[in-house]
Amino acid sequence: MSTTRSELERIKAESRYLRGTLVASLADPVTGAISEADNKLLKFHGSYQQDDRDLREERRLQKLEPAYAFMIRARLPAGVVTPAQWLAFDAIARDFADGTLRITTRQTFQWHGVIKRDLKATIAAIHASLADTIAACGDVNRTVVASANPLESAVHAQVHAWATRLSEHLLPKTRAYHEIWLDEAPVDAARGDGDARAMTRVAGPDDVEPLYGATYLPRKFKIGIAVPPTNDVDVFAQDLGFIAIVEDGVLAGFDVAIGGGMGATHGDPSTYPRLGDVIGFVPSGRVLEVAEHVIGVQRDWGNRRERKHARLKYTIDHRGLDAFVAELERRLGFTLEPARGFRFDHNGDRFGWIEGADGRSHLTLRIESGRLADREGRAWLTGLRAIAHALAGADPSETAAFRLTCNQNLVVANVPAARRAAIDALVAQYGLDDGRRGSAIRRHAIACVALPTCGLAMAEAERYLPDLLAKIEHRLDAHGLADAPILLRVSGCPNGCSRPYLGEIALVGRAPGRYDLRVGADFAGRRLNRVFRENIAEREILDALDALFARYAAGRAREERFGDFLLRTGVLAPPTRIAAGVSA
Amino acid sequence: MPIAPLPEAMSAEALRLLDALDAAALWWLSGYAAALARSRATRAPSAPARDAAARERLTVVYGSQTGNAQRLAERLARDAEADGLGVRVVRASAYPTRELAVERLLVVVISTHGDGDPPDDARAFVDFLCGKRAPQLPALRYAVLALGDSSYPQFCATGRRVDARLAELGATRLIDTGEADVDVEAVAAPWLARALGCAREALEPAPARSATVTPLRAPPAAGEWTREQPFAAALLANQRIVARDSARDIRHLELSLAGSGLAYEPGDALGVWAVNPPALVAAVLEASGLDGDTPVCHAGRSLDLRDWLARERELTRLARPFVAAHATRARSDDLDRLLAPERRDTLGAFLAGRQPIDLLREYPAAWTAGDLVAALRPLAPRSYSIASSRKAVGDEVHLTVGVVAYEAFGSLHVGAASQFLAHADDDQRVPVYVEANERFRLPSDPTRDIIMIGPGTGIAPFRGFVQERREIGARGRNWLLFGNRRFRSEFLYQAEWQAALRDGCLHRLDLAWSREAPRGYVQDRVRERGRDLYAWLDDGAHLYVCGDATRMAKDVHAALLDVFVEHGGVDRERAEERLSQLVEEGRYARDVY
Ligand code: SRM
Ligand SMILES: Cc1cc2nc3c(=O)[nH]c(=O)nc-3n(C[C@H](O)[C@H](O)[C@H](O)COP(=O)(O)OP(=O)(O)OC[C@H]3O[C@@H](n4cnc5c(N)ncnc54)[C@H](O)[C@@H]3O)c2cc1C
Ligand SMILES: Cc1cc2nc3c(=O)[nH]c(=O)nc-3n(C[C@H](O)[C@H](O)[C@H](O)COP(=O)(O)O)c2cc1C
Ligand code: SF4
Repeated sequence: MSTTRSELERIKAESRYLRGTLVASLADPVTGAISEADNKLLKFHGSYQQDDRDLREERRLQKLEPAYAFMIRARLPAGVVTPAQWLAFDAIARDFADGTLRITTRQTFQWHGVIKRDLKATIAAIHASLADTIAACGDVNRTVVASANPLESAVHAQVHAWATRLSEHLLPKTRAYHEIWLDEAPVDAARGDGDARAMTRVAGPDDVEPLYGATYLPRKFKIGIAVPPTNDVDVFAQDLGFIAIVEDGVLAGFDVAIGGGMGATHGDPSTYPRLGDVIGFVPSGRVLEVAEHVIGVQRDWGNRRERKHARLKYTIDHRGLDAFVAELERRLGFTLEPARGFRFDHNGDRFGWIEGADGRSHLTLRIESGRLADREGRAWLTGLRAIAHALAGADPSETAAFRLTCNQNLVVANVPAARRAAIDALVAQYGLDDGRRGSAIRRHAIACVALPTCGLAMAEAERYLPDLLAKIEHRLDAHGLADAPILLRVSGCPNGCSRPYLGEIALVGRAPGRYDLRVGADFAGRRLNRVFRENIAEREILDALDALFARYAAGRAREERFGDFLLRTGVLAPPTRIAAGVSA
Repeated sequence: MPIAPLPEAMSAEALRLLDALDAAALWWLSGYAAALARSRATRAPSAPARDAAARERLTVVYGSQTGNAQRLAERLARDAEADGLGVRVVRASAYPTRELAVERLLVVVISTHGDGDPPDDARAFVDFLCGKRAPQLPALRYAVLALGDSSYPQFCATGRRVDARLAELGATRLIDTGEADVDVEAVAAPWLARALGCAREALEPAPARSATVTPLRAPPAAGEWTREQPFAAALLANQRIVARDSARDIRHLELSLAGSGLAYEPGDALGVWAVNPPALVAAVLEASGLDGDTPVCHAGRSLDLRDWLARERELTRLARPFVAAHATRARSDDLDRLLAPERRDTLGAFLAGRQPIDLLREYPAAWTAGDLVAALRPLAPRSYSIASSRKAVGDEVHLTVGVVAYEAFGSLHVGAASQFLAHADDDQRVPVYVEANERFRLPSDPTRDIIMIGPGTGIAPFRGFVQERREIGARGRNWLLFGNRRFRSEFLYQAEWQAALRDGCLHRLDLAWSREAPRGYVQDRVRERGRDLYAWLDDGAHLYVCGDATRMAKDVHAALLDVFVEHGGVDRERAEERLSQLVEEGRYARDVY
């Protein structure tokens, strides 16, 4: 491990609060790319430079630079999108991007294929729709996710409010974003805007970024809020997880989990997925405080030499959980109450219509891999545009909205009963899936983006899923397991963007056509799976699964989940640790 | 015997020196002297010497873009010299126009370029001749050999102009102007013979000794590969260099000259002999109802009709003569009307994009194999600017080829050579030869800056220029202006230019994209960057323009005028002069097609 601070730390330090030379890079007419350093900084602004990997070799031979384009990620706390925003996002997808909208596993939207010349206009258009992309990526707190499960409408509304407050509160304060993308008059980079200090309790020495400081965090930081019994946000995969504690129908506060994360590197045991530890309970009123101080400790303790070990999960393991909590409570000035306890029964989405407490209805649609496009027989992008128009017109109270889920699905929420029929008609007309189509395993499958846009992909994921599912379904059928709800997750590399380490079955890419086959997680995001076969190709994958399906079909107990079965029957050794403090 | 134009003493002196020199040294000296003469062109030699010289000497002036006229002019001079006639051969741009008044015997060999324009090296000469400052020439006897291509509406326009103007100035025409089509020799050879005959009658033989021929470079060494005797180059690479979403096909070709002894300089072009597309040959056979196996004897050679069509005749370029020949057979009033002399423009419009096959299909007519071969124009080689420097690529030669392909008259039409090259594969051999282009050379002084304007395939020679300047470590700055349709798909050699910018081998790169915002062409960049551009030129930079002749070269020239007017503070007329001055100084060179 190197002993000097990582290259990225230098870039951040010299960036004048994320300005770098972005403006010059964007103006450079000779290339569709931006400079290496600006690349890193751009992430803090919510965009990644990528290139179409399908064309890389071809263009190299053509003596052309790679087909550079930018991925833009919106910051949508709790994944809420108004009908008006939807229409704006949809237009942006068609005007500037590759004609698709991509629901991510952190319930926000990504646009792919935006070329450099259009980048500024696109971000400005997103801003005009009253959303932004600030800190959607980068070494800061990312979009705060919250349970999209609409059962508990009242509580959900509160939870959504908290997600938004957290997200807003933890935003970087530099004006770089507004200057570069929105033509705001430059401020003296060293000064920043005045009320920055006021907005934070843990003001450090830095005037511009009281919370983050000039070098921001050592690594990305993620917060999620779950509303039991649904763990659709995979709260134990978050750096900081809040689990809503509802007592007598009222939101009392949150049990707090810290140190979750999925990312790992093949063949490097010093990197690993880790589930968050529940460290106590915090009343609603002190949520912001706790979040700020957890971030503060990570800011000061996190590893700035080796990015591979910079996530909170490693800070905790390297310093010890107790030491971390002690430091946290020292800074908070109070000790956390004991966790209240909670129960999760699944981490998926419930499809179809659900009646909300307030008589309004919510329709959850299945969106395979979160990709909204107009494809043969399923004009989903067009269909949802139609639905957005319908809602926009229908609902003066403006509560009707879309909610993106962390399982890459979509909820059409708060639909007045009177509109249900109209929505159903559109769903049918445009071949949208209200969850009644396809097998159980298909409904629960998640795949990350991977090729061709993801620069880190080692194997296909999103593009491979439909094909893979068909083949797996075929095997399941053969064993009479067609409607067994098994949790399948596919990632193109060990970074684990589809949270594959929490899949009952997971494929983690190693090379084109080759994956690690992992099995044995539970159905609620509480137990990590383990490698079952390393670096194998499709045929071996299917054969291995076929054998496991056979045993499952023959030996499963009533209601017994696939992952649990594998453990009970000793196909896998019992796990080393389950997310602490979870009362099952 | 003295060297004609020199006083006794001086000529003796010179002869003594010359005796001591071997052939190579003489060639060098001749070139050196020529350059010297050129730089002093404005200072005329003293009158008596001039008259004496002119009285017993043939002057051959040539204007040549791609070397044909030069070749012929030099041949005439050599033959005349061999016959012991006093003769000098001068490139039009090096000809001291003041001496015109005292010339007695003048042969002008000149081609036509652009859209009926003179070749660049003859612009000033033709302007002077046609201008008000041209003297009356009662004592002059002359003959003009015009080179051209009858597929252009302005066939041999420049030669015709020169001929008409000389007559107008009172000079006596010795023989009718020869109008050589692309099969140059057919007309040129007999014409030159007649011209030489006239010269003999006019001049009494001068001493064989007098080395008065001043070619600008040594003639081809024996055994060098030529237009008539091309080298079969092996194909090393044939790579499309526009992205898949580009509507056009533009290719980068690498050929091997290994073992040929062929040498080239950046700025030269490569002559390529193509084979017509088999499909087109088949189509012509079908449309004419002729049998490809019919042996045809023509011009003393016997080949099967199929081979004549595939290798010896133009099937992709249509010219007036064939239309005429076809008209007589097709008995079509439309065609006859088209051919009426006063209908030049409509004929031009009719020819545009048409190929013989279209004529055969639209106006069916009965052809015999022999007549068809005789009527079709002999296949001419195509030129391609060389896109490499030998210092960088050894004995390879690289080309940048825009592939001609377009839908017209209900079928796909393709260009003979570009298609031939585009489809060439590894085991293909391409018949090539080098067309030297002395007027498109890097500055001999490597510290000079250069400005290169080359949109589209016009980029080709500049790839060679930048390679060369890198290899010789030239300290002058390199500024490239490139344009095409789209940044993402048609930025030719993008990766190489980016690398050159990083390595400091390219100092400035300005781009223009015509099909995406902000739309623009290189001439727009020229105007926008006018201040810097003028400053560079003012500091002695050399300016090069390569690519499309019909529009780009004109538009860029116009833009340059604006630049001189705006930043040089001169009026248009003066600006024009400044530019032609640059041309004469060899600092504004064009390679346009
Ligand atoms: C779009 C998305 C996957 C999806 O199919 O939805 C995604 C896509 C990418 N992730 Fe991710 N990650 C996405 C959720 C996740 C998650 C899941 C989660 O957060 O619940 C994880 C695992 C949890 C975690 O953070 O540990 C995740 C762990 C990573 C990592 C590994 C981080 C680590 O600590 O090792 C990387 C690589 C890195 O950060 O160096 C990464 C990097 C990337 C990048 C940006 C690749 C890159 O850095 O160049 C991918 C862009 C691909 C593309 O073309 O769009 N992504 N990424 C998800 C967007 C979330 C969002 O809206 O913010
Ligand atoms: C000095 C010099 C340098 C050159 N350098 C290059 C170079 O570097 N790269 C390069 O690509 N070319 C270059 N050229 C042009 C090249 O020589 C050929 O003229 C060109 O490749 C076309 O030849 P071809 O045999 O493929 O087409 P041809 O068989 O000659 O057919 C071309 C004819 O097709 C017609 N035509 C073409 N396109 C269309 C259209 N869209 N619609 C209707 N009619 C059409 C035109 O009448 C044209 O005369 C250069 C020319 C010269 C004189
Ligand atoms: C770009 C270009 C434009 C031409 N334009 C004409 C023209 O307008 N009229 C014509 O008769 N010949 C035209 N020609 C044909 C040339 O005059 C012919 O090829 C001639 O042999 C060239 O002689 P040179 O090599 O001495 O320049 C043109 C050739 C080229 C390459
Ligand atoms: S898991 Fe790997 S391949 Fe998939 S999106 Fe994330 S980084 Fe890319």
